[in-house]
Amino acid sequence: MSIIDTIVQGVLLGGLYALFAAGLSLVFGIMRLVNLAHGDLIVLAAFLILLLSSALGLNPFFAALIAAPLMFVAGWALQYFVLNRTLGNDVLPPLLVTFGISTVLQNGLLEAFSADSRRVSIGALEGASTGLGPLNVGLMPLITFLSALTVIFGLNQLIYRTALGRAFRATSDDIVTAGLMGIRPQRIFAVATGLAMVVVTIAALYLGTRANFDPTSGPSRLIYAFEAVIIGGLGSLWGTLAGGVILGVAQTLGAAVNPEWQILAGHLAFLAVLVIKPRGLFPRAVD
Amino acid sequence: MTAMLETRGLRAFYGDFQALFGVDIAVAKGETVAIIGANGAGKTSLMRAISGILASEPGMIVYRDEPIGALAAPDVLARGIAMVPEGRRLFPSLSVEENLLIGAYRRNGEGPWTLESVYELFPILRERRNNPATALSGGQQQMVAIGRALMSNPDVLLCDEISLGLAPVVVRDIYAAFPRIRQTGASIVIVEQDIAQALKVATQVYCLMEGRVTLSGHPEALTREQIHQAYFGAPRHEHH
Ligand SMILES: Nc1ncnc2c1ncn2[C@@H]1O[C@H](COP(=O)(O)OP(=O)(O)OP(=O)(O)O)[C@@H](O)[C@H]1O
Ligand SMILES: [Mg+2]
Repeated sequence: MSIIDTIVQGVLLGGLYALFAAGLSLVFGIMRLVNLAHGDLIVLAAFLILLLSSALGLNPFFAALIAAPLMFVAGWALQYFVLNRTLGNDVLPPLLVTFGISTVLQNGLLEAFSADSRRVSIGALEGASTGLGPLNVGLMPLITFLSALTVIFGLNQLIYRTALGRAFRATSDDIVTAGLMGIRPQRIFAVATGLAMVVVTIAALYLGTRANFDPTSGPSRLIYAFEAVIIGGLGSLWGTLAGGVILGVAQTLGAAVNPEWQILAGHLAFLAVLVIKPRGLFPRAVD
Repeated sequence: MTAMLETRGLRAFYGDFQALFGVDIAVAKGETVAIIGANGAGKTSLMRAISGILASEPGMIVYRDEPIGALAAPDVLARGIAMVPEGRRLFPSLSVEENLLIGAYRRNGEGPWTLESVYELFPILRERRNNPATALSGGQQQMVAIGRALMSNPDVLLCDEISLGLAPVVVRDIYAAFPRIRQTGASIVIVEQDIAQALKVATQVYCLMEGRVTLSGHPEALTREQIHQAYFGAPRHEHH
């Protein structure tokens, strides 16, 4: 039972990593932008949820519901007024600017919330578990994983079934010709980043309720997100989920052998996939 | 005839390189205008300038008495000018039907063109509607590009080299759609390397050379010698 149990824990943990990664994957898929501040934006959203739930006494799920539109607006504005100006043929400006934003966010959060590590309390849900066949799994990890499935299913429906999604794909294919269709790429990009920030808020809810976080927690979340995206193949959201799951399973298996090996095992799995399939498991056909 | 769309001394640049040197053309409502000229003459640059991809000054392009030279492509489209770009530029991630639908992303009010009427115009596209657009033959892809532009219900349709690289029968099929497009009252501007084809469909022809208009007039009024000289810049007998 214990190995199966470990794998199931890993799969569920993979849901969290997929949530970290989905926003990154969405933005990269549409505008080829790598946002180095992604992890810090997750932490920012976690603090926002913490603030709303502790200061106003709101249930964290409800706090996330309020934080999501705020984060959408922040993402929209960040993209429209800052990141759009960095996009072009040169890949360096967006990396430099988002790295700068990452530093600013970390220091801003440090200033506002101190270096103490925090946690969002979910009351009775914490540590609650439920039977899943013969297994006993934590309720929050299960909810996290189901949220990841829902988010990725929802994003795929949006991208492949709606007019906005068509505009996303068309803009990603050919920005000049998209303009000839009446699409304003700057707005499309702003909406995409806004959506990514909604996903970031969902990720932040589970990050903040699962473990302690502090203003410097962002970069390591960014790394997990990156690894999930790259394992899955750039631009494929289901691939990103698979990448998150592989990372999660590798980590829990590693930890089962030796608790110190958890992080290392994840990185090794990432490297192994890169060696065997450099373009990831499910690369986009068109590129 | 008063012009619906005009360029007035239109100049356009790629960085420091000047592609157009004061081009004047006029397009009346419902008229079909052909732009001819050798490779590199500036035909595509003219189309790109009108459609808002290539920047120019406001008053250099006038549409329904409004200066539109400085507008971006989405704003030009919103006013009713749609383009079938050189090389078709279909979206590879989109199916045939999605390529058509994206043409209606910003519709120019109500109009004759819908998925249904585009499929009537080019029936083969209905059969291939769920294929990736790039899986079609060149001629079929060109039909998608034209249908996509029509989906915005344009008042002016700009077509850049729609016959390029296509077999004569396919070109004939594509041009067979033009009378139906003209029936909607739309003005059409076609860029053509195939002079005979251009003279056949157009009511007005402009010849470009090195970014300038070297000849213009009604097709019947122009002699082969005039066209040859305007096209190549040398009298016919001197050309090799
Ligand atoms: N993106 C660009 N950057 C720099 N110069 C360009 C660019 N596009 C076109 N040109 C130059 O502008 C001039 C006009 O080109 P344009 O494409 O308008 O010609 P054209 O008449 O459409 O030719 P063709 O028949 O080959 O399509 C040419 O000298 C060309 O080299
Ligand atoms: Mg051209």
